[in-house]
Amino acid sequence: MTYWRHSLRPDLARPLRIDAEGRVQLGRSMRKIERRAFLKSATALAAGSAFATPAVFSADAQSRKETLLLVTENGPNNLDIHGVGTNRPGYEASWNCYDRLITHEKKTLPDGSVVYDRDKFKPELAEDMNIGDMSATFKLKKNAKFQDGTPVTAKDVKYSFDRAVTVGGFPTVQMKAGSLVKPEQFVVVDDHTFRVDFVKKDRLTIPDLAVIVPGVYNSELLKKNATEKDPWALEYTKSNTAGSGAYKVVSWKPGVEVIYERNDAWVGGKLPELKKIIWRTIPSSGNRRALMERGDADIAFDLPAKDFSEMRKEGKLTLVSNPIGNGMYSVEMNVTRPPFDNEKVRQAVAYALPYQKIVDAAMFGIARPLFGGKSNDVGTIDWPQPTAYVTDIEKAKVLMGQSGAGPIDTTISFDLGDTVNSEPIAILIQESLASIGINATINKVPGSNWRSEMAKKSMPLLVNFFSGWLDYPEYFFFWCYSGQNAVFNTPSYVNKDMDALIDGARAAAAVGDKANYDKNVEGFISKAWHEVPRVPMFQPYLNVAMQKNISGYSYWFHRQVDYRSLVKA
Amino acid sequence: MLSVLAKRFVTVIPTLIGVVIVAFLLTRVMPGDPAAYFAGPAATPQSIAEVKKSLGLDRPWHEQFTRYVSDLMHGNLGNSLSTGQPVVTELKTRLPASAELTLSGLILSLCIAVPLGILAAMKQGSWIDHICRIVATAGVSLPVFFTGLLLVYIFYFRLGWAPSPIGRLDAFATAPPNVTGFYLIDALIARDLETFAAALSQLILPAVTLAIFSLAPIARITRASMLAVLASDFVRTARASGLSTRTVILVYAFRNAMLPIITTLGMVFSFLLGANVLVEKVFAWPGIGSYAVEALIASDFAPVQGFVLAMAVLYVALNLVIDVLYGVIDPRVRIEG
Repeated sequence: MTYWRHSLRPDLARPLRIDAEGRVQLGRSMRKIERRAFLKSATALAAGSAFATPAVFSADAQSRKETLLLVTENGPNNLDIHGVGTNRPGYEASWNCYDRLITHEKKTLPDGSVVYDRDKFKPELAEDMNIGDMSATFKLKKNAKFQDGTPVTAKDVKYSFDRAVTVGGFPTVQMKAGSLVKPEQFVVVDDHTFRVDFVKKDRLTIPDLAVIVPGVYNSELLKKNATEKDPWALEYTKSNTAGSGAYKVVSWKPGVEVIYERNDAWVGGKLPELKKIIWRTIPSSGNRRALMERGDADIAFDLPAKDFSEMRKEGKLTLVSNPIGNGMYSVEMNVTRPPFDNEKVRQAVAYALPYQKIVDAAMFGIARPLFGGKSNDVGTIDWPQPTAYVTDIEKAKVLMGQSGAGPIDTTISFDLGDTVNSEPIAILIQESLASIGINATINKVPGSNWRSEMAKKSMPLLVNFFSGWLDYPEYFFFWCYSGQNAVFNTPSYVNKDMDALIDGARAAAAVGDKANYDKNVEGFISKAWHEVPRVPMFQPYLNVAMQKNISGYSYWFHRQVDYRSLVKA
Repeated sequence: MLSVLAKRFVTVIPTLIGVVIVAFLLTRVMPGDPAAYFAGPAATPQSIAEVKKSLGLDRPWHEQFTRYVSDLMHGNLGNSLSTGQPVVTELKTRLPASAELTLSGLILSLCIAVPLGILAAMKQGSWIDHICRIVATAGVSLPVFFTGLLLVYIFYFRLGWAPSPIGRLDAFATAPPNVTGFYLIDALIARDLETFAAALSQLILPAVTLAIFSLAPIARITRASMLAVLASDFVRTARASGLSTRTVILVYAFRNAMLPIITTLGMVFSFLLGANVLVEKVFAWPGIGSYAVEALIASDFAPVQGFVLAMAVLYVALNLVIDVLYGVIDPRVRIEG
């Protein structure tokens, strides 16, 4: 019964033949159209054969060489990042289907992997960018067209940016991070010239124009699909792509698959090699691995560390692993109430964590340590950088003695949505804390509840992960340590001196005052390391497995796949 | 007969009203704040409030309920937040997927379990009775995800006989034109044997997994009810009258033993339909079980309510069918009804 076996690998191809009894043996890698054509002639030859030509079918003539099969755990819930509650896979659809004015250059790291270059920008929809004192002016590419053929003009850019700062939710917050807050900032100079006025000097404004949110949408098409209740046509873009990007979504079955086709008229960069992308949702990680090892899928993205380390040992696939920029797993302690309002107790915890065990046993060695540095008075602005804490139970016991706190009963909370990593970490920490007189019970919080629990700021001690798109230390500190007490500042750490250092760094960065910037950044990192409201443990990696014939993968700040540079040999 | 049906229909209405209320209340008391979940990374209290408002979650409960019921009257089950689609469309596309899988599993299981049960009852204490017991015990004690993964490991990963476990069809195959939603039937309607073979090959492993799991109750009930019937007077009479064993077993005994089997079948079917979440997860099967669980994890109210409602309606309909079947199988039930 081998004719059912559909393999996606051309190298497993078998020729099409008819066996002794006249039955058709289908070649496994034959393109559908060829099979059908053959069946047709086979039917004609063997009159009265059981095979009939199908009546209705779109010719599926895509060659498998130009098609990529990508498998991940989750699929998108919305194709538009401006939508309500768009999930991370949804960002991937937005990234590949829309263009931004500018994007990042790429660079090759010493280990051979390619990553985006945080500091270098290149035009995407714009052909020229001119940054003035209080504004930036962009000239648009004149030949740029949306996927329906409408030319891209400055009014589309304005419409899109107005949309991003108006619709609320995540896109608006993200725009705000770059001081892009109101429609008045976005000015149409002429059809192909667009200006962004700054409300204040902010180093993050230009990088924030290269993230996923400020994509350029087809304003005419969206206005046509807008309704009174939905003035920005969010319903339409939820399941339709309306951009000028390199790919367009031709079929989307939520929870099952997304199929993209290349936009041959793309002018945002070099035309991608892959004509079609099939993105399937495979919830079971074991099956994703089996699909990769059997050679049936081309790319498996965002693999658990355990699978990744085992696949690396087997060496059958190309494996790429990049540290997640501006991200870390840490232990966070609520500083507003006992016992963790006591700095000595927090330092004792920092000396009691079993760092190396966590990296080895929970992360299978695939993590960059953020402990065991030279000193907590840091001398560089590298970020993230290690603290000087190491596992030293004796020292932790001494600190506990000095703190005056008696035996402590508390809880360790973690996000059930991240069980794979967080649960073993929490168990190792529980065991270690017991040896310095802190008895902790483990509190598993359901994924849907995690963010609201974080917002309540009532968890005494938690294992958590945070990463910021914009890879700057002051951005991390702005979310996690500043007096605005954002949801990510789970320790509720509010300190005037800390705020002064963070504001000082932001102000210095805006005017390019390097010396002052460095002083402030080193200042706030050192202060954070000494007072340890959160104890950094490690920087995790983003893991990708590819067949050997796939190349061109690059790591992006948004931690999703960029199809445009991928090549299948 | 018609009046019996009408009576049964009337009793269904309060059940459904109850289900609507319970589905609504249950999803509201679930922990988790959908607004916080969907506000995404870098959410601020303000952006959470904005999401809450756009989802209508800032209104009082009774207002949300009234709106829910009036939408329901118009056949609108709301929108799923996690897949972004109307719940009705999702259920329409996913229910056939689950039903096709469950039915195949059940039919497979029936083909094995019923003969096994009959044989075990006829030859009590023999080797076939022991096999029946072992199969039943093993089937029910092996968790479905384990059986599923094991089958995938052996037949796909090791032997390469089965196709890749990536859902209802190979990534490069085209789904047949939608008529019933059952790919096997739709492919036959389109007279496309290649798609039929592709869909069938994807179906075999998950169907076998389900069949192994559902063997136990069917085989055991068949055996037990056959034993009871075989010990009864009319079987003894039939035997004494010199009828062949075949006639005695199949015509007299089995027909009388069928009532409890049908009841069990109905239960097993509705149970499998909702509970084959794990099989759907393992085989990336786009059914309603995995849909409901994903929605539950994301505190996505509408699909959970829609799922509960759909299952309730299905369960009620199934019970109705079984009641009618009773009448067909056993004339006494008809008279009493």
